[in-house]
Amino acid sequence: MTKSIAQFLIEDESKDLLRLLTAGSVDDGKSTLIGRLLHDSKKLYDDQLATLERDSKRVGNAGEAIDYALLLDGLKAEREQGITIDVAYRYFSTSKRKFIIADTPGHEQYTRNMVTGASTAHLAIVLIDARKGVITQTKRHSFLISLLGIRHVIVAVNKMDLVDYDQLVFDKIRSEYLEFTTRLEIPDIQFVPLSALKGDNIVDAGDNTPWYHGSSIMNLLETIPITADRNFRDLRFPIQLVSRPNLDFRGFAGRLASGIIRQGDEVIALPSGKSSTITSLETMGKQVDYAFPPQSIMLTLADEIDISRGDMLVRRNNQPAVGRHFEAMLVWMDETPLNINQQFILKHTTQKVRGRIDSIHYIMDVNTLHRSKADTFQLNEIGRVVLTSSRPLLFDSYANNRQTGSFILIDAITHNTSAVGLIIDRVNPEKLPSRITGSSTATLERSLISQAERQQQLGQVAMTYWITGLHASGKNEIAYQLERALFDQGKAVVVLDGNKLRSGLNRELGFNKTDRDENLRRVAEMAKLLNDQGLIVIAVFISPDRETRVQVKAIIGPTFYKEIFIDSPLDLCRSRDKKGLYQKADAGQIQNFPGVDTPYEPGTADLVIHDLTELDITDLI
Amino acid sequence: MKKTESYKLTHLQELEAESIHIIREVAAEFENPVMMYSIGKDSSVMVKLAQKAFAPGKIPFPMLHVDSHWKFKEMIAFRDTFCTENNIDLIVYKNAAGVKQGIGPFTHGSKIHTDTMKTQALLQALDQHKFDAAFGGARRDEEKSRAKERIFSFRDNFHQWDPKNQRPELWNLYNTEVHKGESIRVFPISNWTELDVWQYIRQESIPIVPLYFAKPRAVVNMDGQLILVDDDRMPAELAARKEIRTVRFRTLGCYPLTGAVESAADTIEKIIEEMMTETKSERTTRVIDFDQDGSMEQKKREGYF
Repeated sequence: MTKSIAQFLIEDESKDLLRLLTAGSVDDGKSTLIGRLLHDSKKLYDDQLATLERDSKRVGNAGEAIDYALLLDGLKAEREQGITIDVAYRYFSTSKRKFIIADTPGHEQYTRNMVTGASTAHLAIVLIDARKGVITQTKRHSFLISLLGIRHVIVAVNKMDLVDYDQLVFDKIRSEYLEFTTRLEIPDIQFVPLSALKGDNIVDAGDNTPWYHGSSIMNLLETIPITADRNFRDLRFPIQLVSRPNLDFRGFAGRLASGIIRQGDEVIALPSGKSSTITSLETMGKQVDYAFPPQSIMLTLADEIDISRGDMLVRRNNQPAVGRHFEAMLVWMDETPLNINQQFILKHTTQKVRGRIDSIHYIMDVNTLHRSKADTFQLNEIGRVVLTSSRPLLFDSYANNRQTGSFILIDAITHNTSAVGLIIDRVNPEKLPSRITGSSTATLERSLISQAERQQQLGQVAMTYWITGLHASGKNEIAYQLERALFDQGKAVVVLDGNKLRSGLNRELGFNKTDRDENLRRVAEMAKLLNDQGLIVIAVFISPDRETRVQVKAIIGPTFYKEIFIDSPLDLCRSRDKKGLYQKADAGQIQNFPGVDTPYEPGTADLVIHDLTELDITDLI
Repeated sequence: MKKTESYKLTHLQELEAESIHIIREVAAEFENPVMMYSIGKDSSVMVKLAQKAFAPGKIPFPMLHVDSHWKFKEMIAFRDTFCTENNIDLIVYKNAAGVKQGIGPFTHGSKIHTDTMKTQALLQALDQHKFDAAFGGARRDEEKSRAKERIFSFRDNFHQWDPKNQRPELWNLYNTEVHKGESIRVFPISNWTELDVWQYIRQESIPIVPLYFAKPRAVVNMDGQLILVDDDRMPAELAARKEIRTVRFRTLGCYPLTGAVESAADTIEKIIEEMMTETKSERTTRVIDFDQDGSMEQKKREGYF
């Protein structure tokens, strides 16, 4: 007997590990299916069964029979409600594999939990009630599975016993499902007709489905190959920890995200770009010649280059994207909705930086895949966004690399994990819609004529006068008077006003927040270019948001920016309004109109003019 | 890819890689972490993983043993030898007030004893040292409420766990942010099963307390549990009923609260064999779990590991 156990252990040690997700609701018989898998794989200890029988009599929903679902619903409150409300992990193994099941609920409000379970899964079982067919929930689950990059799906058409094991029902569901998933990216989909309750096609082929010639669920779980799902191509080794136990040893520890790494390989460290050679490689406490994902390793380098946590070792000819701006699909996980001005702690690989959401392209309805415009995210909402990080991230798209393409956003105050993100691509800073800080001119070709020379020739100091205030507050009058006065003094000066720009350069822009910000960003960039030529610019824009003006100032450069706020009373503005815009805003025909349904935020001006009548333009100069 | 190389990981290697990553993440992100050391087999595995995570360096954080004053003598002896031999920085904490009041399971019952000498003692120790992260050796397969707990499990100022308000945990991106006074319990072997632990102990030749192996021992039958006569604090009338049986322990804790099982398994192979054909899961020999239905969840909310 001892010999056989030794044999068993040798065989057992060579098993691999498959992580799977089960998607479906209690009504679909999901808990029953999992209970079956655990039960039939002989991993249910007798006393757990005994407890189960005791519990079943008190709160069970399945009458006299064993309620397999009770095995899974751990927490007291949930047991009383009869639903599973969080992710629970279950373990079982067969002679071929060890399995970890992430059991997540099917209810609408728990997208969060399903995404959590899916993040580490190799495979998903999607349960469909044969009587109901492909329903909204099925679509939602499949979309999330595709989004999270799970490559293998087993569609378990359950409760076949209740439709008399009718092949037509099964075939119809199969074609409906395949039609829906052509829009998704799931490379491997298999269908199994099932009765979890009776045990058909769970472990053994059931006698009730002679028309089905495929494998049982258990057989599929045991044999679906998953090794090739890992990325062995792109070497990405995020440094988790630098170990310096003594003067002679400097080891770099971390988990290999992707790619193969070998002793003697030349690597470069990002972001520094310095290169070195792997001198030793250790995993599981043993020296090895090569390592592969997802091993945790410790390595040493031939050269003393400066590397710290958050850096990444890669190959010179295969590097990740490096950047502060990127697009991502975001899943909102916080009860508190997104405040677009919020700053987050962004955790990506082993880096922690500050992060901000610049704009929301759309929110996706996970039931219909319909996209719509939005200004915020609510719990369980998914959408596409543009983000900016305080320091450059080293990333790949999630589709290419689950490890370097994923991140979490942590609320800087509550420390909740507010959202998780899957990176789609990098965004060129020039293409960003708005809210841009930081100048890119440092890397541009410089003109042979300096700004100082130009100013000297023109006999003036380049400056942008940013005139801000409510509509019809008298901004334009002041602007053009100021222009006249400066011109008369022999200065080279130009006025940029909203009407002018919107009728030409910015004519495609609308009046929502994103477009208004973009309008101002372009104006700021233009003012900067003109200032660079030594010209004086007078810019006239309502620009009611304080933060936007701060960004405008950052683009133009603080030394070239003077802000003048025309603080005319609202009543006066209304009485001067020739276009009747205030009336339209009052009537709801125009939204986001400063002074009506959105405030003007003062507080950044260098000069505030309260009363236009007392203004002498020469004083202003 | 090279033909001669294999990129397969066994399940143990994969679990090991995950656990080492978790342990390193705590060392990198927290200011003052500690590893709970319970002397049991799961702790032994956790220590081994920590050693591997930092080799050739030393484990960069201390171990904390909350001594309930009623542990098996052999556990304490093993602890002292093991920690000395492995150069482990060990902190032992006892609830001095509880010891002074003479609190113990025989006199006060399992509930008061566990609360005072384990839960309260643990909280006192954590507060005193201001640890911001504490590793525990709990596994999700042990008990139903644990199946839902995160690997990085947030605790508020009062060390309480809120099962309804857990931080989402995706990929291997762990949220390690805490305010002053708050902390994280970290369970690096969450995804290991009892069998995995035994296989690993065998594979790595990890030393464990001899109580896990069967041998003839003096025990008494208390309400169906075989309790070891470990010292003279056991009431005399109870100890008088002692009999010699060949037993071993599947879990270790306070001796009056930990039942032995009759067994002939005196090697790891035999233990695994016994386990494979076993009819009782491991926590059934722990008296405290049976206090009330859902009792482990209750204890965890209150701060117990």
